[in-house]
Amino acid sequence: MDLTESYREEMRLIRKPWTGAGIGMIVLALLVIPWLKMDYLVYMATVVFIYAIGIQGQNILIGYTGQISFGQAGFLAIGAYTFGHASALGIPLPLGLLAAGAMAGIFGVIVGFPSLRLKGPYLAIATMGFGIAIYQILLNSEVISGGRMGMTVKKMPALFGMTQQVTFYYFTLLLALIFTLISYNTISSYAGRAFIAIRDNDIAAEAMGVNLARYKLLSFGMSSFYLGVQGALFSLLIGFLEPNLFTFMESVTIFVGVIIGGLASIGGSIMGAAFVILVPQLLGAMKELVPVIFGVTILVILIFEPHGIAGRWLKIRLYFRNWPFR
Amino acid sequence: MRQFMQYVISGLATGSIYALVALGLALIYRSTRILNFAHGDMATTGTFVAFSLLGMNLAPIISFPLAILSGSLLAMLFYFAILVPAQRRNATPLGQIILTVGLGLILQGLISYLWGTDTKTLDFPLSDTKLWRFQGLVISELGLGTFVIGLLGSGLLYLLVQKTRLGIAMRATSENLTAAQTLGIPTRMILSLSWGLAAGLSVLAGVFLAPALLLDPFFMLEPFLKGFAAAILGGLNSLPGAILGGLIIGVAESLAGGYITIAFKNTLAFLIIIVILMVRHEGLLGTEFKERV
Repeated sequence: MDLTESYREEMRLIRKPWTGAGIGMIVLALLVIPWLKMDYLVYMATVVFIYAIGIQGQNILIGYTGQISFGQAGFLAIGAYTFGHASALGIPLPLGLLAAGAMAGIFGVIVGFPSLRLKGPYLAIATMGFGIAIYQILLNSEVISGGRMGMTVKKMPALFGMTQQVTFYYFTLLLALIFTLISYNTISSYAGRAFIAIRDNDIAAEAMGVNLARYKLLSFGMSSFYLGVQGALFSLLIGFLEPNLFTFMESVTIFVGVIIGGLASIGGSIMGAAFVILVPQLLGAMKELVPVIFGVTILVILIFEPHGIAGRWLKIRLYFRNWPFR
Repeated sequence: MRQFMQYVISGLATGSIYALVALGLALIYRSTRILNFAHGDMATTGTFVAFSLLGMNLAPIISFPLAILSGSLLAMLFYFAILVPAQRRNATPLGQIILTVGLGLILQGLISYLWGTDTKTLDFPLSDTKLWRFQGLVISELGLGTFVIGLLGSGLLYLLVQKTRLGIAMRATSENLTAAQTLGIPTRMILSLSWGLAAGLSVLAGVFLAPALLLDPFFMLEPFLKGFAAAILGGLNSLPGAILGGLIIGVAESLAGGYITIAFKNTLAFLIIIVILMVRHEGLLGTEFKERV
C-alpha cells in the first residue's frame, strides 16, 4: 500500500512520523494500565500479551511461509514443561525461558522435516497428529508431566516494590514488544522475503535460489520457539501445569487468532490475540458457545475479508486518508 | 496364535468403522480437493440426532436412517451455503480447508450447547456383552454387526461409484471438472451429493461407535483422526485404498494394544501417518499429483 522511493525507506521499521506517534501512544497507554488498579484488566492484558507472542510466531509460519500447522498445543506443552522442569531444578528464569523456546524450536525443526515433502492438507494432518500425540504422551507418562495430578510452577517474584501481578504484566509486555520487533525485522530481512517467496510458489522460489529446506525449517523452528516461550509464560501465569491445558482446542484457539487477525500481518496477530482472549470473556456463562463464535468468525472472515482484521483496518485507513474525496 | 487371531478379529471390527470414516474423507478429497476437518463433528451431530430420535421412542430402524439423512443434509447445506460462495470469491484450497475447520467448531459448540457436555449412552439394538464364539475365538454381537455394516457400506458405495450413472458422473467430475461441465453433468449437484454421501457414511460410523465409546460432543475426534490416518495410508484419492487403510489401522492398533502397551495405542495412528507421509506420501493405492510452476 505504501509507495517507497529508496531501499533505505523500505527497510525502515516505522515509515511515517504519525505511525511512530500512534505506536508510542499505545505503548504509553499499556504502561499506564496497572496504575488504574483494575486487577482484572491487568490480568486480561497479560494473557493477551502472552498469546500475542505465539500467534505472531504462527503467523510467520502460516501467514508468511504458507505452511499450515495444527500442532500448536504440542509446542506449547513442550515449552511449558521444559520451563516447569527447569525452574524446579533451580535454573534462573530468563535461562528457563530460553530453554523452553529452544526445546520447542528443536521439536519444531523435527516436525518441519516432513514439510520438505508435504504440502497443504498433508502437512496439516502431520502437525495435528504431532500435537495430539504430545498430549497423549503427557497423559501417560507421569515422569514428564506429573500425570493427571499436574505439577506446580513457581510464579515470578515481585520486583521493585510492585505487586507480583504487575511485575508479571510488565515482564510479559516487555517480552511481547521484543518479539514483535523480532518479527517485524525478520519479515523485512532476507529470511522473511524467502518465507514469502516459498508461500507464493515454492518451486519458483527454489529456482530463484532460495534454499527451500533451510528456510522452511527455519520458519518452523522460529514459530515453535515463539510458541515455546508462550507456553513457558503461560505456566508462569497460572503456576500450575496439567496435560488438559494442551488439548486440540488450544491449537485451534491460536490458529483462529492467526486467521482472524489476518494472514501475513504482525499487527494483525496482536489484534487476533486480543480477539480470541477478550471475545470469550464477553460471553460470560455460555462457555459452550465460544467455538461457535470462533467458527462463525472464521467463515465470515474467509468469505468476506480474507485478510482478517488487519485487512479491514487497512481499508478503513485508506478510506480516511483522503477522506471526503474518493 | 489364538490370541493373535483374537486381536486381528477385534481389530477388523474397529477397522471397518475407520474405513467408513476414511471413505467419506477420500470421497470428498477426490471430488473437491478439500480435506474435511469437520467430518468428525458432522458424524457427532448425526449421532446426537439419532440419540434424540431414540429418546422419542422411535424404532432404531427409522431413527438411524433419519439421523444419517440429517448428517447428509447438513453437509449438502454446508456445500451450497458456504463452499460455493467461497469458491465464487476465489478462495484458495487452504482457505477452503480452514472453512471446514470453522464448520467443525460451530457444530462442536452447538452440540455442547444443545445436548450438554456430559456423557450419554446410546440405546443400541446390538449389545457388546453378548458374545459369539467360533472355535474358541470370541466376537461380540456389536463387533460382528459393526464389521458387517462396514463391509456393507463400503460394498454399496463401490457399486454406486462403479456401476451406476451417478457414479460415472461422480468419477467424471473428480477427474476433470471443466470437461464434466462441458458434457452436461450438473457438477454442483454431483459434488454436493458427494459431500452428503460422505457425511452419511460418517454418521453411520458414529452410530456404530457410540455404544462402544460413550457419547459426548468430542467422542468422534479420535476415530476421525484414525480415519484420516487410514485415508492417508491408503492414498487420499483412492476409495479401495481407504477401506484397506482402515482395516490395516484397526488391526495394527489392536495388535499394538495387545502386545506392546495399551497406553500408547492411540499414538500409533499418528506414527503411521508420519511414516507414510515421509516414505510414500501418495499412500498405498493412491496416485501422485504432479505440480508445475
